[in-house]
Amino acid sequence: MIEFKDVHKYYGDYHALRGINGTIKAGEFFSLLGPSGCGKTTLLRTIAGFEDISSGVIMIDGKDMATVAANTRPTNMVFQSYAIFPHMSVAENVGFGLRKDPRSKEEKAKAVAEALEMVGLKGYGGRAAHALSGGQRQRVALARALILKPKVLLLDEPLSALDKKMREHMQVELIKLQRQVGITFILVTHDQEEALVMSDRIAVMFEGEIAQLADPETLYRRPNSKKVADFIGTMNFIPATVLSESGDKVEVDAKGLGRVTIDASMAPPAKGETPVVGLRPETLTLLYDDQKASERETEGLIDEVIYFGDMTYYDVYLGGTDVEVRLSMRNVPGRPVLEVGTKVRVAWSPSALVLFR
Amino acid sequence: MKKGAGLSVYAILYLVFLYAPIAILPVFAFNNSQVVAFPLKGFTTQWFGEMWADANLRSALFRSLVIAFSSASIATILGLFAARASVRYNFPGKTPAMGLIMLPMVLPDIVVAMALLIVLLSLSVPLSMLTIILGHVLLCMPFAVAILTSAFQSLDKSLEEAALDLGETRAATFRLIILPLVMPGIIASFLICFTISIDEFVLANFLGSGKPVLSVYIFGQFRFPAKVPSMLALGTILVLFSIILLAFAEYMRRRGIAKAGGKDSGGFL
Repeated sequence: MIEFKDVHKYYGDYHALRGINGTIKAGEFFSLLGPSGCGKTTLLRTIAGFEDISSGVIMIDGKDMATVAANTRPTNMVFQSYAIFPHMSVAENVGFGLRKDPRSKEEKAKAVAEALEMVGLKGYGGRAAHALSGGQRQRVALARALILKPKVLLLDEPLSALDKKMREHMQVELIKLQRQVGITFILVTHDQEEALVMSDRIAVMFEGEIAQLADPETLYRRPNSKKVADFIGTMNFIPATVLSESGDKVEVDAKGLGRVTIDASMAPPAKGETPVVGLRPETLTLLYDDQKASERETEGLIDEVIYFGDMTYYDVYLGGTDVEVRLSMRNVPGRPVLEVGTKVRVAWSPSALVLFR
Repeated sequence: MKKGAGLSVYAILYLVFLYAPIAILPVFAFNNSQVVAFPLKGFTTQWFGEMWADANLRSALFRSLVIAFSSASIATILGLFAARASVRYNFPGKTPAMGLIMLPMVLPDIVVAMALLIVLLSLSVPLSMLTIILGHVLLCMPFAVAILTSAFQSLDKSLEEAALDLGETRAATFRLIILPLVMPGIIASFLICFTISIDEFVLANFLGSGKPVLSVYIFGQFRFPAKVPSMLALGTILVLFSIILLAFAEYMRRRGIAKAGGKDSGGFL
């Protein structure tokens, strides 16, 4: 378990971490997600001990890390560049951390072979490190870190150097590996999709602060601010005015959608901003002539069609207004891709609306 | 006329002008005549034999080798510190400090030589091989720092962090990771400094005692026409020796960058 208590980090005048609080549970796959410069890598490096913190406390399993140097912390890191030692063989790289291990040479060699097998590089031990492909380097870096059986594995954007196919493949491999070894994985990424796919929980960071810490589904369906909603996936924002409020029920007039009652207990706390309602593309559905909406429906006009193969994205003007939303439809057999300018009916559900105000 | 042909002619003339005088050296070193003039008289290796028989030349060569070895070693070790500091750390006054280290590369040698001589004399330091070594270290430092900086720059910082992360101490990280990866740069720096020192004349002449080093000795011998051909023979050997050393140094530098997995950002040569 890792605990942060009011962690601050300054680089000169620059305030890189602005009061980080939170707990990372033992054995979970945790992601630090945010745009570049948000402090996610800095936070990861403070856990590893490569950066000192200016104030606050970082504890691993109840032990304050302030006086524990990087080379004695129970953490190991997979670097963005993988940092494979180029002058050593694969086996020498993987076995590097075992130099002070009291075990015999044969036992260490066996441990190295096991670690390589675990990451799918059985028999690669004799290869020169510089002759490996990007994906193989990453596996070597993983084996090298995991062989020391750390409490926490830190991963600094480990997939960013790989091509799309390889990246998606490694995402699944990493999830499987984490389940297999059962230790805490902390992943730094700027790719929200990657974070959603891989994590048990995600901390979304902006400008040195954690904006929201939640599981992927909560983060996606109930973002606690417009900024988080905008960063995670696609969110349509529709201007709205609050008409009345009683208890948890808030009645708003959303432009293009009309009057709708929203459950405020599901919405993030009011911040005094201009009210808008957020709506994910997949919560909007185009209706065909014989279909009826189960809850609400609104007239629309298709302004743009973006074809993705399995999906089609439509940009639609709602209810004769200038409010445009993006919605996504699966391209199932018998459902034609509609053309720009088609008049449509759009079905939606009030429970899918998130009110930001 | 084809476009750009004029420039090609210019480039060829330029290279001839640059290298023809050096090509003259071996030609007359093997010419069977005391007079350095065309037409050539015939082939001989007499001058090489005469050169080697000269005991004064041999002791001058020995002094030069000692000086070159010492100044190349010192400059490379000091350069290692400077390059490491300039690549890895930020400290106040870094830019001016690095600028001052690189300055002797562009300062006229004669200015450096005069200044050093005045300082040494006013401190009543006796002129010796040691004073030449100190002068040569000053001259070699910019080259050592330039080569070693390039070696350190191609070294990924996370390699050091990875070694620390895997439980090694800073000292062990330096020995196991950094040193092996910059070793080709260290060798290249040593060889370049060695070459610079061994044929340096101005400082060696100003800061030397009565016992001449090789370059000063060669210059002195040109007063005696009979000695000129054997000096050309010596020059031929020195050219060959320099080419081999520099080629090896550049090979080591490139190998170092390739080994560290970096891209060649323009050679020193």
